[in-house]
Amino acid sequence: MTRVIDGLDQIFVIAKAFLLSLLAWAPDWVVQVVSSFVNIAAVLGVFLVLFALISVFERKILARIQNRYGPNRVGPWGLLQPAADGIKMLVKEDIVPGGADKAVHFLAPIAMVAPAILALGVIPYGRNMTAFSIDAGILFFFAVGSATELAVFMAGWSSNNKYSMLGAMRAIAQMVSYELPLVVTVLPVVMIAGSLSPDRIVDAQSGYLLEIIPKWFVLTPWGAAAFLLFFTAGLVESNRTPFDLPEGESELVAGHMTEYSGFKYATFFMAEYFGMFAVNGMAVTLFLGGWHAPCAFLQFIPSWIWFFSKLSVLLFTCIWIRGTLPRVRIDQTMKLAWTFMLPMAFTCVISAAVWHFNSGGILGWVESLLIVALVYAGLSQMLGARKHLSVRTYRFAE
Amino acid sequence: MIGAGIVKGMAVTARNFIGSYFEKDRLTTVQYPEQRDEIAENYRNFPFLVYDGNDPGPAGLRCTSCKICEKECPPQCIFIIQDRDEKGKALKHPKVFDIDISVCMGCQICVEVCPFESIKMDKRFELSGTDRFKALLLHKADLAKSNDYYHQIRPTEAAAVDAALAEAAAKKKAKAA
Repeated sequence: MTRVIDGLDQIFVIAKAFLLSLLAWAPDWVVQVVSSFVNIAAVLGVFLVLFALISVFERKILARIQNRYGPNRVGPWGLLQPAADGIKMLVKEDIVPGGADKAVHFLAPIAMVAPAILALGVIPYGRNMTAFSIDAGILFFFAVGSATELAVFMAGWSSNNKYSMLGAMRAIAQMVSYELPLVVTVLPVVMIAGSLSPDRIVDAQSGYLLEIIPKWFVLTPWGAAAFLLFFTAGLVESNRTPFDLPEGESELVAGHMTEYSGFKYATFFMAEYFGMFAVNGMAVTLFLGGWHAPCAFLQFIPSWIWFFSKLSVLLFTCIWIRGTLPRVRIDQTMKLAWTFMLPMAFTCVISAAVWHFNSGGILGWVESLLIVALVYAGLSQMLGARKHLSVRTYRFAE
Repeated sequence: MIGAGIVKGMAVTARNFIGSYFEKDRLTTVQYPEQRDEIAENYRNFPFLVYDGNDPGPAGLRCTSCKICEKECPPQCIFIIQDRDEKGKALKHPKVFDIDISVCMGCQICVEVCPFESIKMDKRFELSGTDRFKALLLHKADLAKSNDYYHQIRPTEAAAVDAALAEAAAKKKAKAA
């Protein structure tokens, strides 16, 4: 029985080992290269399928939130909709504006999607299932993730269009601003786990209290706060509603994607979703225990199923938020980043330090909760204070 | 507290999301080609010609080729040629009666000016064709529809028209007698 469970858990690892065993005759470097390509193909394949699925499920969920049916014409329950969309995108004309910087305009979608795919590589999808296992994986993730800003600006600048340019500038402004809370909220996790390796961080969240309560970081006061902040900053980084103002169609057509059509536009679209998968996958790894089961007796279910179900829950929440909140203004976005997110992120670091100092006992739990709650209440009081505007009196008009 | 409003909003959308799977009356969309909504009796789009009995020819068709509708039509989408016998004498019947429904704006003025209750508004709306010129130019044969059809699509109005026509016929008979 345990062998079957282990086999299912490691099915992809075993499959890859079998593939490589066919290459026993080849020199070492060939095996290395083939091994990398197998990993790349696996990550790309899985996330392309997930992208196709989420493009139809997002529309269906949004429709249900608005009491509609959503796409249900192409194939059973509309599940073949991505195929129809894909064919439509591929056969569309690829338009390059006359005044565009052709080379940069061509490179921007590639520069956009490459970092998103690279970032997906360091996430552990299951036990022994990290495509690209390095010690400083977290550092790599954020270093690569910030490269998308360059791609966005390349797209905006090369299009030679005011809407593209404004959209790109907005994107840069909000991405750079939110990079800070995004990275600072990771600090407490790195402090507690004592490592920058995603695999070690997942290991640090293994084990159960009383066999039913997992030791995930999200279940500590500092972890819960950091998770919410990380998730919000992740929404901004992946340009999701309510922070999708770089492409706010009511004012900027489509932001930096205005002058893109056909397959290049599809590539941007895909890069955005890949970025969303990467950020949410990282949130699962950092705070939701990675591929660990939520209860000890549920460990017979393969680890990769746990990872992808947690990821699906986060993706559903992203869509749910999109169906709920209207787009914010650029000044509101900035104000939130600098006056609320950043102080709260630093509070999480302090709170985690206190928790660690008390070695995670009940006292540490209460103290760290108190710190987070106090700062949150204080900031709410300060930022929520309404400006009392007096009634304007007209001296001459009356 | 910051974020309290977001939680409240998320609860509303969650209620709608889950409710749409359990409460049938939330989903008001009509799945058009399979399901059809009932069309209101007074719905109208393009005109058609009424004929009595089973004869769409000169005897049945109420149109007398008076051309009032052609003259009144604001976008001028009606085209009529009067029929003539071998000697060239004008007959009370159209030889050609065309309506270009790509031009028609459905204003119903032709119906209002017709003294013979001959032209009425149709309800047929699935009019797409493969030829964008010929498919949208309706000829006399396409336009002519029986009085029964008229009764079928708008019973109240058709009954009133029939009553008025019968009364006029009775009056004429009484006058002649």
